[in-house]
Amino acid sequence: MNVLDFAHAFFSDGAHWHGYDGIPQRLLEHVRYTLLALALAALIGLPVGLLTGHTGRGGNALAFIANAARALPSFGLLVLVVLLIGFGLLPVMIPLVVLAVPPILVTTYEAVRSVDPSPVDAARGMGMHESRILLQVELPVALPLILSGLRSAAIQIVSTATIAAYVSLGGLGRYIIDGLYQRDYEKVVGGATLVAVLALLTLAVFWAAGRFAVSPGVRRR
Amino acid sequence: MIRIDSVTKRYPDGTVAVDRLSLDIPDRSITVLVGPSGCGKTTTLRMINRMVEPTEGTILLDGEDIRRQPVTALRRSMGYVIQNAGLFPHRTIVDNIATVPRMLGWGRRRARERAAELMERVGLDTSLAQRYPYQLSGGQQQRVGVARALAADPPVLLMDEPFSAVDPVVRKGLQDELLRIQEELGKTIVFVTHDIDEAVKLGTMVAVLRRGGRLAQYAPPAELLSAPADGFVEDFLGADRGIRRLSFFPSAALELTTDAVIPADAPAERIAASDARYLLVTDSDGRPLGWTEPGEPAAGGIRTDRLLPHGRPFVPGADSLRVALDCAVLSPTGWAVAVDDDGRVTGVVSQQTIAEAIRAAHAQGRTGKTEVAR
Ligand SMILES: Nc1ncnc2c1ncn2[C@@H]1O[C@H](COP(=O)(O)OP(=O)(O)O)[C@@H](O)[C@H]1O
Ligand SMILES: [Mg+2]
Repeated sequence: MNVLDFAHAFFSDGAHWHGYDGIPQRLLEHVRYTLLALALAALIGLPVGLLTGHTGRGGNALAFIANAARALPSFGLLVLVVLLIGFGLLPVMIPLVVLAVPPILVTTYEAVRSVDPSPVDAARGMGMHESRILLQVELPVALPLILSGLRSAAIQIVSTATIAAYVSLGGLGRYIIDGLYQRDYEKVVGGATLVAVLALLTLAVFWAAGRFAVSPGVRRR
Repeated sequence: MIRIDSVTKRYPDGTVAVDRLSLDIPDRSITVLVGPSGCGKTTTLRMINRMVEPTEGTILLDGEDIRRQPVTALRRSMGYVIQNAGLFPHRTIVDNIATVPRMLGWGRRRARERAAELMERVGLDTSLAQRYPYQLSGGQQQRVGVARALAADPPVLLMDEPFSAVDPVVRKGLQDELLRIQEELGKTIVFVTHDIDEAVKLGTMVAVLRRGGRLAQYAPPAELLSAPADGFVEDFLGADRGIRRLSFFPSAALELTTDAVIPADAPAERIAASDARYLLVTDSDGRPLGWTEPGEPAAGGIRTDRLLPHGRPFVPGADSLRVALDCAVLSPTGWAVAVDDDGRVTGVVSQQTIAEAIRAAHAQGRTGKTEVAR
């Protein structure tokens, strides 16, 4: 049997489509972990990236912290956090957020830094307040890059959120971990396929968000 | 009036960009800051709207220290135009222009109406209103920059090399447009350029700066050209300063002669009777056709297909002595053709006569004020 046969067997088995271990339920859990982790990471990464990008200060410190965070293995961090504070949603969120903050933070910083200085200078020269310059000039112009940072963070979260299953939570990781444990390769392949599909879906969502939120004047079409 | 009072700017790295500069900038006229690159023009300009803070000295606006009011209020009372226009790429043209009115709390509708009005004022077709900056040419973008700076009708306009990045033809159009707008609006304009021709063309007063932001000369352009303060200014004005100065002398007083002007259907006797070296032939409307030499009229009158080209004519009164001289120099006969506004010949004038007029104008220039014509 090859991978395609496994996948076919998994998805054509009606039993996989309902119940607490059904595909809709696991998918929903996975999406919830992803959204929560992405929201938390954005809540940290966006404001800090925007502010440091705007002022141009703290870029070095930022790069250092981001690189340090990138060096942390998510699974190791999960184990460590569980040992420290026990099971639950929080210990899953911590490694996911630590994983997602660097790309958001660094790309946002770089995006704001790379905005053409002329419009910013013009805005300042016409008496625009600094907060408005940031939110109404730099942010809209930097948006495509900022979205790309959010997108790579989201993709990484989608694939890494499978670790939730290690601490007895749900999500698509359940199929992979249970499948490996039970030597049920249909399940493993099915779970991995679903993760891949979700990653593609994430790409599509960000593509649509870009179309919707980025000004045609910045997209240049 | 803007008074720059012994202002010095020393940047943190020690560069003295402006050194004890004092300058009185008159209201409702164009004052040009000109000088070689790096001489402190931009720094001076940006100290007026406090984008740069002076290290020493004060700047007064209508007698009051500019630091006495909130910086945003100060900047909103001064339009600011920069070299690459600095338009907001994510906003349409109309929204770019409406930026300051919107900041001042105008309603969207009123701000857009004002923006449309300004587009016309700066010579932009209102069909461009919904475009984005990247869809406009450099010259059009620069016009939008000017319109945006004028949107809230500020009394002062600060312009930093606004036309330097466009090609010469477009630049000339933008300069003419600025002069026209200024005639209508009478703003207090501080204009920075490194181009002395632009300075002479636009400035009511021209401040020539030398490196280190020191003032070399502050004078009306005609005076700058006739009496440069020192070798630096003279060098900066360039080798053809004398010729360029003629731009400030009107051609209205030139003595024209009509003896050498004949219609194409003139009888052969009249042509033969002329003692002129060359005759200017005109059509039945009085428009110039070209030059002929008397003595060679064949049977059947003047061969209008054999004429020497008459070259570009000038309009006495509207054009300066510089233009008249240029016409004479370019003419194959050495005579310049004068026409009225409708292009009908009013006479011709020789290089000698123009040279006499130049000498007379110089003599007058030494004793009294010259009249400025562009
Ligand atoms: N922010 C700055 N920090 C240090 N030096 C500067 C800064 N801005 C300008 N300068 C220096 O000050 C001098 C004058 O600059 P500037 O006012 O831009 O000249 P200009 O506009 O006449 O070309 C130059 O030597 C320039 O290098
Ligand atoms: Mg400059």
